[in-house]
Amino acid sequence: MSRPDATRLRAAKPGARITLAHGSGGKAMRDLVENVLVSHLVDPELSRMDDQARLDLAEFTARGDRLAMTTDSFVVDPLFFRGGDIGKLAVCGTVNDLAVGGATPLFLTCSLILEEGLEIALLESVVASIRDTATTAGVRVVTGDTKVVARGQADKLFINTAGVGVIAPGVDPRAKRIRAGDRVIVNGPVGDHGAAIADARGELGTEHDIASDCRPLNHLVDVMLKTCSDIRAMRDATRGGVATVLGEFAESAGACIRIDEAAVPLRDNVRGLCELLGLDPLYLANEGTLVAVVPPDAAQAVLAAMRRHEDGRESAIVGEVFDAPRGRVILETRFGGERIVDRLVGEQLPRIC
Amino acid sequence: MKYVDEFRDPAIARQLIREIRESLPRIDVARQRPLQLMEFCGGHTHTIFRYGIEQMLPGAIELVHGPGCPVCVLPMGRVDDCVALAERPGVIFTTFGDAMRVPGSKKSLLQARADGADVRMVYSPMDALGLARDNPDRQVIFFALGFETTMPSTALTVLAAEREDIENFSIFCNHITTVPTIKAILDSPDMQLDGFVAPGHVSMVVGERPFQFIAKDYGKPIVISGFEPLDILQGVWMLVKQLADKRCEVENQYARVVRPAGNSAGLDAIHRVYELREFFEWRGLGSIDHSGVRIRDAYARFDAERKFSVPNLRIADPRACQCGEVLKGVIRPWQCKVFGGACTPETPMGALMVSSEGACAAYYNFGNLDELLQRRDSPDGVRFDRGST
Repeated sequence: MSRPDATRLRAAKPGARITLAHGSGGKAMRDLVENVLVSHLVDPELSRMDDQARLDLAEFTARGDRLAMTTDSFVVDPLFFRGGDIGKLAVCGTVNDLAVGGATPLFLTCSLILEEGLEIALLESVVASIRDTATTAGVRVVTGDTKVVARGQADKLFINTAGVGVIAPGVDPRAKRIRAGDRVIVNGPVGDHGAAIADARGELGTEHDIASDCRPLNHLVDVMLKTCSDIRAMRDATRGGVATVLGEFAESAGACIRIDEAAVPLRDNVRGLCELLGLDPLYLANEGTLVAVVPPDAAQAVLAAMRRHEDGRESAIVGEVFDAPRGRVILETRFGGERIVDRLVGEQLPRIC
Repeated sequence: MKYVDEFRDPAIARQLIREIRESLPRIDVARQRPLQLMEFCGGHTHTIFRYGIEQMLPGAIELVHGPGCPVCVLPMGRVDDCVALAERPGVIFTTFGDAMRVPGSKKSLLQARADGADVRMVYSPMDALGLARDNPDRQVIFFALGFETTMPSTALTVLAAEREDIENFSIFCNHITTVPTIKAILDSPDMQLDGFVAPGHVSMVVGERPFQFIAKDYGKPIVISGFEPLDILQGVWMLVKQLADKRCEVENQYARVVRPAGNSAGLDAIHRVYELREFFEWRGLGSIDHSGVRIRDAYARFDAERKFSVPNLRIADPRACQCGEVLKGVIRPWQCKVFGGACTPETPMGALMVSSEGACAAYYNFGNLDELLQRRDSPDGVRFDRGST
């Protein structure tokens, strides 16, 4: 990868802001794209400044026999939070959606919708974060777009990313393949992202010590698939949390998933926040947490491999699949009771008292 | 986690359940039909479902989930009033989170926000007062809701607004009272309750005395309980002991929080700011005398009902709803004609489907009853082997 001409890298003037001129198609827009986006993201495909990226088929066919493609949009408030920012999120979200489908993510697109008045320096740090996260994940941002909307028509910055990856022969994680006896594994504490966002909004007067789990999962998934290519199903537990993923699994597979509450990893500070607000961490969003269902004879090996990887140190087997009652998720509570874990209606709202 | 896990110890739970089971044969009525014990408070209902306490108890004990969920029992007309206030130009309407979704006759506050009203979720009335301070050109209204538990914080906020002379702040008062409501349930002819788990946080404010009449005049044992699962189990255990010993009194399981005389500072604030309404309309239970409070004349300028014109229309509950019978324990939630069909958490018709604390929503969300009740007599259930992780 060649770096662009260093003389063209110009830092934004302090306090400079996005204006409608940056979306006009003229010189201001070209400057913005060249100086803020292309110069940070550094990719030969981007630097050509064509209207499309052109990708060599050989790179795909060498790695697998199917393409995977996905897209996701990111509208988080606040833009920066402990453990991440909207840029990191935009890369992780799409990379993870590809990875949990068994694909090796390779290329991303990145579209930015900018609100008039956004500080250019802030945009630059988001773009730098996109670059760093893409580097960590080993993916290339090969094409992009910017639009500017008038003040009030968007909230500072929205990002859309799309991604393409390749699936190796024989790998086919999907919920329908789940069957009785399979084990359920998560790769770490649940609810960190949702709790970090609630914390960062500053409405709670809490101490802001909860960090998002936002991270790319493709390297971890790679290790898991190398240990067991027959992983039945995987999903990253984003909106709606682990509970929602389990509900979707149980429903698609027509099976029952029983979860042991005491086995589910949960940080004390997240648990404390949930206790305070009457929220259920199983429904809180994650951005670097996956749920995998694996055949029983491979469960211990997959778990051990995950724990050796830095994104899976706190992995745990949290449950098992049974035949009945079909389509249900049952939680065995720490207290010794059990309850059905159902889909959430709307968002979780803090309780009055 | 300290101060949490101590109250969720499964070994102590098993011991309490064993002792409850052993006491049951000594209770005459329990030999003919299941004992019906009402937990009044929505917070208790939430804990019971969240930890699966109902399935842990022997089948001879039925928990009846009472009307103590302030979000649930709010009549549609009051929600319409909220929406009307929220939609006034220049108003910032502030509310606790779980009141946002309660349906009015036309829309909820969540829908009003989507339609353009400035509705904001707050965690405390003091946050609403802060908004008023920060937005002097806007009228900030706080949707005050809840039993005696939340009354003092609203009252103290009104007193603070007066002290600071904040003109653009008012509250829409929907506070309701516990004791007249329990009395209305006890007076209802189809009532067949055998005892009460009384609300711990209401009692923290009002003390033990207001509940004496339940034991003395109605002959029903009552135990004030906390909100952790062991608190509730111990509360049930104490009720069962009273019934087995043929005692009938007010007992306090939640002594670590509830003092016999309550909280005098909280009570002072309540008496300074509020007076009883002659009656208040409840969803599911109809009108109950003296079951609500309003702001006293001295603080009228902080009373949204007087400051703005509020439509104040009465909207009847949907006729098919059987919330009242469920609340009194006459039928179980799933026996209601519309449960799970016309009435679901997505499209609630009745009070009890509205909030996660409502009995019907809790049953709907947390349990398919056939499945769970079948397990009840084999409390060990199916446990899985997690291997040597």
